[in-house]
Amino acid sequence: MVEIRLHGRGGQGTVVAAKILADAMSKIGKYVQAFPEYGVERRGAPVKAFIRIDDDIIYIKSQIYEPDNLVILEPALIGTIDLIYGLKEGGWIIVNTNKDPAEMKFDGNYRIATIPATKIALKHHLGSKAAPIVNTAILGGVIKILELCDLDTLVEAVREGVPIKEDANVAATKEAFESTKGGR
Amino acid sequence: MRKVIIGNHALSYGAMLSRAQVIAAYPITPQTEVIELLSEMCANGELDAKFIKVESEHSAMTACVGASATGVRTFTATSAQGLALMHEVLHWAVGARTPVVMGNINRAMAPPWTIWTEQTDSLSQRDTGWMQIYCQNNQEVLDSVIQAYKVAEQVKLPAMVILAAFVLSHTSETVEMPEQEKVDEFLPPYELEYKIDPDDPHAFGGLTGPDGYFELRYIIQKAIEDAIPKWEEVGEEFGKLFGRSYGLVETYKIEDAKELIISSATVASTARSAIDYLREKGKKVGLLRIRVFRPFPAEKVKSLLSAIDKAIVIDRNISFGASGIFYQEVKAACYNEKNKPPIFGVITGLGGRDVGKKDIIDIYEYVMKQDKVESDIIWKGVRV
Repeated sequence: MVEIRLHGRGGQGTVVAAKILADAMSKIGKYVQAFPEYGVERRGAPVKAFIRIDDDIIYIKSQIYEPDNLVILEPALIGTIDLIYGLKEGGWIIVNTNKDPAEMKFDGNYRIATIPATKIALKHHLGSKAAPIVNTAILGGVIKILELCDLDTLVEAVREGVPIKEDANVAATKEAFESTKGGR
Repeated sequence: MRKVIIGNHALSYGAMLSRAQVIAAYPITPQTEVIELLSEMCANGELDAKFIKVESEHSAMTACVGASATGVRTFTATSAQGLALMHEVLHWAVGARTPVVMGNINRAMAPPWTIWTEQTDSLSQRDTGWMQIYCQNNQEVLDSVIQAYKVAEQVKLPAMVILAAFVLSHTSETVEMPEQEKVDEFLPPYELEYKIDPDDPHAFGGLTGPDGYFELRYIIQKAIEDAIPKWEEVGEEFGKLFGRSYGLVETYKIEDAKELIISSATVASTARSAIDYLREKGKKVGLLRIRVFRPFPAEKVKSLLSAIDKAIVIDRNISFGASGIFYQEVKAACYNEKNKPPIFGVITGLGGRDVGKKDIIDIYEYVMKQDKVESDIIWKGVRV
């Protein structure tokens, strides 16, 4: 089983990101579970979303306390609240930032990848300048780094999973896939 | 075909595939998506049903009871305060022998105002005569709606399909969608022998004195007792058609178990991972998940506990002044048995506090250190 925890702010599409990733994984035959930290999904508030992926029925129903990988949609949260709690040693931390992975500092033995998801989202007019919606961009990077499925499968899930601006979201996903730094 | 859907939509699809004909519901968090999707389905013709907008849950249930008495299949869904507001009509649905099927999202009761999960809302309705099915995942939610109609219409009693707020209601999971033709084969149209018909008027539920009411209660008890084997038969028949079998209870790794963890719904589902961990450590512990709570599967519980050294019941609910409610029921079922283990009752996760694998391992390890039951409640995780 792969367990991923996403950290963002309400309005960035963190919860939808988990759902789209789950849809993509379902398309390749995996069992999935995607859910928010219930009840705190308010605009601007720190939010968490969780996704589990397995080859068989997933029975565990709690939050994810020891994720294999971490996705940070809102880099401003780093240092203000504990984001990496429980992250397994050697796990990926995938961050939405223009910085290089080497510039990111986390205590512990983790692998780091960076995606300029905000930049990409703004370029494709996803959300507003003050509140860009970075979810579809970050997913392009997540797929590239974690090699969970191919880009076409993700693009299909993005198309089905976004409420508006299908083409712009798909373009953001593809661009992020190409511009993610870190990689295996 | 597989879909990734939230538990609320699993209820909606269950009602759709069962070809519900009348839906009356009032929105309440965390149930809203159930009826949003059903109203869409009614609007776009996907579901040929009458959607009745009502001003309260009391009216929703009243509409369902009335419609059901005309011989149509009815559905509603609610949660917590909404279920409490229905209370009077819940008794009516049973007494009138209307096989209404309802989804209830387990949400803790206010005040304080809350939206998170706990089972006390539905368990407060245990003596109404409604059948109650506690589900562990979204697949089971969908499948149980279909089965609920089949059992309910056979025994002429209503059934409540129950799922945890957010933990299932708003969690997207992989669900195998049953094919409509197969559901139709499994669940034929509802036929009612005696129905309300304006062209052929009859009195219905009129004043009944002490010389008749008593027997009607006896008949209801016999009907719900009949439902015990029906849930097994229907769950097996469902398995033959769809590849997923269900029963009154589900067990996991009990073959050589010396201890049994007993729970329901998503807590029981999570407990599997704790059982796996404890088994790896050489502990002989198994799991009993109680799926159907009303009618209570007392015979199953008694026989499963007869060869066990210790039983631990984990409740996400409380009967104030007594204890956890599944605990009471398990203990009561075993009381007259010769061979019965000490039964420990644990209360945890009230008001939606997360219950993880580690919590269940902690509970097991704590109970293993106890020689005997000192109190009817072991509190797990309460900060006092």
